Amino acid sequence: MPITETSDLHQRRFGRNLGVALTLLGFVALVFFLTMSKIRNGGQVEAFDHSVRPSITTEGESQ
Amino acid sequence: MSDFTANTQATPGEAEFGDYFALLKPRVMSLVVFTAFVGLMVAPIGVPPVVGFAAILFIALGGGASGALNMWYDADIDQVMRRTANRPIPAGKVTPGEAKTLGLWLSFISVVMLGLAANWFAAGFLAFTIFFYAVIYTMWLKRSTPQNIVIGGAAGAFPPMIGWAVATGGVSVESVLMFMIIFMWTPPHFWALAMFMKSDYHKADVPMLTVTHGRPYTRKMILAYTVLLAPIALGIGFTSIGGPVYLAAAVVLNILFLKGAWTIWRRDEAAAEADEYGVEKRYFRFSLLYLFLHFSALLAQAGLAALNLGAW
Repeated sequence: MPITETSDLHQRRFGRNLGVALTLLGFVALVFFLTMSKIRNGGQVEAFDHSVRPSITTEGESQ
Repeated sequence: MSDFTANTQATPGEAEFGDYFALLKPRVMSLVVFTAFVGLMVAPIGVPPVVGFAAILFIALGGGASGALNMWYDADIDQVMRRTANRPIPAGKVTPGEAKTLGLWLSFISVVMLGLAANWFAAGFLAFTIFFYAVIYTMWLKRSTPQNIVIGGAAGAFPPMIGWAVATGGVSVESVLMFMIIFMWTPPHFWALAMFMKSDYHKADVPMLTVTHGRPYTRKMILAYTVLLAPIALGIGFTSIGGPVYLAAAVVLNILFLKGAWTIWRRDEAAAEADEYGVEKRYFRFSLLYLFLHFSALLAQAGLAALNLGAW
């Protein structure tokens, strides 16, 4: 069978692949929004560098 | 090279995406989603909407995973029963191995993701629910005892408790009562179904109460469970998630449910045959509404409480 011909099998597989692709895309979006929500509601978040880290500052230093 | 041509050989019933989705028992999933959602919404602690959405999604996915494992293990029974003969495995669209793999992976993903999205207590609870449904109910009880429905019903009763655990991280009287209402509701619901789907369970050799203990005994048990269910359903009305609106709904629904069970108990097979199991069919349909309206009333009560209206 020539590779250019679209058979019923190809159509069904396309539908299946599309379903998997959309599911994965939805999953990625969900993890992204979940992460954003966790960061916003997660209390004090420390920056990576060159900033005050509340967890290692003593009470006197932070005042 | 013959590889390409080999890959284009169509199998007669090659699965589409929808067939894999059907393995997750979408109708059961809708009940799981709804009751878990109510469990989450009536809890005294709120969660961010995205976390709530993700939690419900993964609870539903876990329920779907146990459905796929059930279809893998029960493929032989499903083939025999008219009600289930069109499921993807007996229809030849999905192989049992595929269903098992899908079920196991979705179980793993749903539990891990629920743990990350919400908390690990809720995730552990979900893992236990999947284990309970797939192993305790499907592999062990379903084929061995007429109590299969009674104990197996627990699996379907856990979702509101998981929803509650997502918000609170624990268990309480309210969540246990939400579990109990579904747990006690399941046997009469399925026994009423078994009354008018009689040949199916018999053909599949599933020890349904109607087959092992006879129909008059099943009628008695439907009434007994409906009577035991009523105080639980009414009892929720007096907890922190209850209120006058819920209680009023519960009183009406339980009177109607008890009336149905009473009528089923009072009649014999001749009367049932005469009207083609009309009373049993009505009771079965009403049982779906019964559960839906109880949880809807809880949701309405929570909405009113949020507005400082209608709570005790």
